[in-house]
Amino acid sequence: MEEESTVQSKGWFKRLKEGIQTATKHKKEVPDGVWFKCDSCKETSTVKEIKENFYICPKCGYHSRIGSHDYFDIIFDASFNLLFEHLKSYDFLAFTDLKGYGDRLQNAYEKNEVSEAITVAEGKCHSRRLVVAAMDFSFIGGSMGSVVGEKIALAIEHCTNHKIPLLIISKSGGARMMESAFSLMQLAKTSALLTKLAQAKIPYLSLLSDPTTGGVTASFAMLGDLNFAEPQALIGFAGPRVIKETIKKDLPEGFQTSEFLLEHGFLDFIVARDQLKDRLADLLYFL
Amino acid sequence: MVFLEFEKPLESLYEQLEKITQVGQEGDLDVDPMVKELETKIRKKRKEIYDSLTGWQKVQLSRHPERPYTLYYISQICDKFIELHGDRRYSDDKAIVGGLAKISGTKAIVIGHQKGVNTKMRQFRNFGMANPEGYRKALRLMRIAEKFGLPVVCLIDTPGAYPGIEAEERGQAEAIARNLFEMAQLRTQIVCYVIGEGASGGAIGLGLGDAVYMFENTWYSVISPESCSSILWRSWDYKEQAAEALKLTSDHMLEFGLIDGIVKEPLGGAHTDPEAMAATLKKHLKQTISKLKKIEIEELIDMRIKKFRNMGKFQETSDQEME
Ligand SMILES: [Zn+2]
Repeated sequence: MEEESTVQSKGWFKRLKEGIQTATKHKKEVPDGVWFKCDSCKETSTVKEIKENFYICPKCGYHSRIGSHDYFDIIFDASFNLLFEHLKSYDFLAFTDLKGYGDRLQNAYEKNEVSEAITVAEGKCHSRRLVVAAMDFSFIGGSMGSVVGEKIALAIEHCTNHKIPLLIISKSGGARMMESAFSLMQLAKTSALLTKLAQAKIPYLSLLSDPTTGGVTASFAMLGDLNFAEPQALIGFAGPRVIKETIKKDLPEGFQTSEFLLEHGFLDFIVARDQLKDRLADLLYFL
Repeated sequence: MVFLEFEKPLESLYEQLEKITQVGQEGDLDVDPMVKELETKIRKKRKEIYDSLTGWQKVQLSRHPERPYTLYYISQICDKFIELHGDRRYSDDKAIVGGLAKISGTKAIVIGHQKGVNTKMRQFRNFGMANPEGYRKALRLMRIAEKFGLPVVCLIDTPGAYPGIEAEERGQAEAIARNLFEMAQLRTQIVCYVIGEGASGGAIGLGLGDAVYMFENTWYSVISPESCSSILWRSWDYKEQAAEALKLTSDHMLEFGLIDGIVKEPLGGAHTDPEAMAATLKKHLKQTISKLKKIEIEELIDMRIKKFRNMGKFQETSDQEME
């Protein structure tokens, strides 16, 4: 939950202030000469190389964790509009562990350009209208609290009312403990509302990215008309550490990876990030 | 009798009571006044203890080894119960039970987590931690209920869905998500009771109901106090603090509007008078079902979805303030 994403996307915030975003495949704000170390194979490439390669390691194919706005840049044709940015989390339970939840939030605001663990945007993907709700792992571990649930609820309602397909990109350590049962109820809330989208026969696509675990997997992430994942992502209900402690055995190689889920029948396919936009367009052609 | 740590003052009183009763049985000494006095003392002490339980103490009560479980309640409240087994896909999960139930004139499908009553049975029931097939069995029974117009009663009592290799292979997350999705639109009444532990996804997987109640000394949370302690405090030693911070008790949950009501337990907890507890449950669920049956099914589903739709707390700011 406390883990930070390796890639920070700077710069879009200025565009946010103008109300409309323009797609920028290659962010100018990070100096291109800087070296980028792959989390998987530990090989280095230049930032320029990795950015041009959709943050996929050119050496081993590992998909680095990226933020919601990177996905918007990848998926949308040109401009896109952010939706439901007016919602803000707060510490309504006065939850304090080693830190107060209020401080955690403050910290998250300072470290992130996004205002929550999920950001919703509407734009066009190969000319087809699409709403994308994408999660940011760098914001308190992509954890689902009331705001994440509410933004998904509003996105579902927006898509139902305007007949726009919905893509949710999951990237989450699970429910946000600091909101206790309120975060648990977001599982019920999001799943219940998805039935309305289904009744209206509006496509709901679920992309699971590294990592997708806990309450997010046990609700909207597994409920797509189609569920698909990026390669080698960690996907599961219980975290690997918890399972290991419970069964007191080592976990098999490749356990809880995208490939493992595909093999066990829980994904429609695995899609590499550089193929994502074209694949989405192909799917939307049929649905 | 099993006494929890905070019940220790009661233990010595009970010991005295036992001794005196024995003396009374052996000789011709009239012990009645002393027995009466001790019983009053016990009642007072019990009230004193139970009026000021902490979150953690309620968690302990919810796990009391003598606490009644689903099958006990079924045996007490049903004139007839036919257990139905299996998910028709993989196996029959022993941690979730369910079947056709006749509760003095009311027909229903009753489903619930089941914990074991002794060491052997605890293993057999996997400590009330279901695998995906448990949730899929539950959904299969709910479909039967829908088809034949029977209300669904869910009794929730689990330390969590089982975190195991095979549970992941068979899609624990998908099974819970599917239940939530299907329960939202199920065309019959759904009444849920947290009768013991309501831990996380494993609990909510049976918890999307028209009416959701908690027994007085139970808890409902996104995570157990122990796991919360281990993650947020990075040590297992802060479970008491975690239990307080999570505000997981029935009174908090009602105050938050996340449940519809609290079912009172006998003083000292459900285990001190299981028969009375079962009678309370029976009366409560019959009343609840008959109330829900008066509502048109379309409206009921609408209300059900709206209720969960409105759960969540956040601030709304104007866009300019976002920074
Ligand atoms: Zn690499």
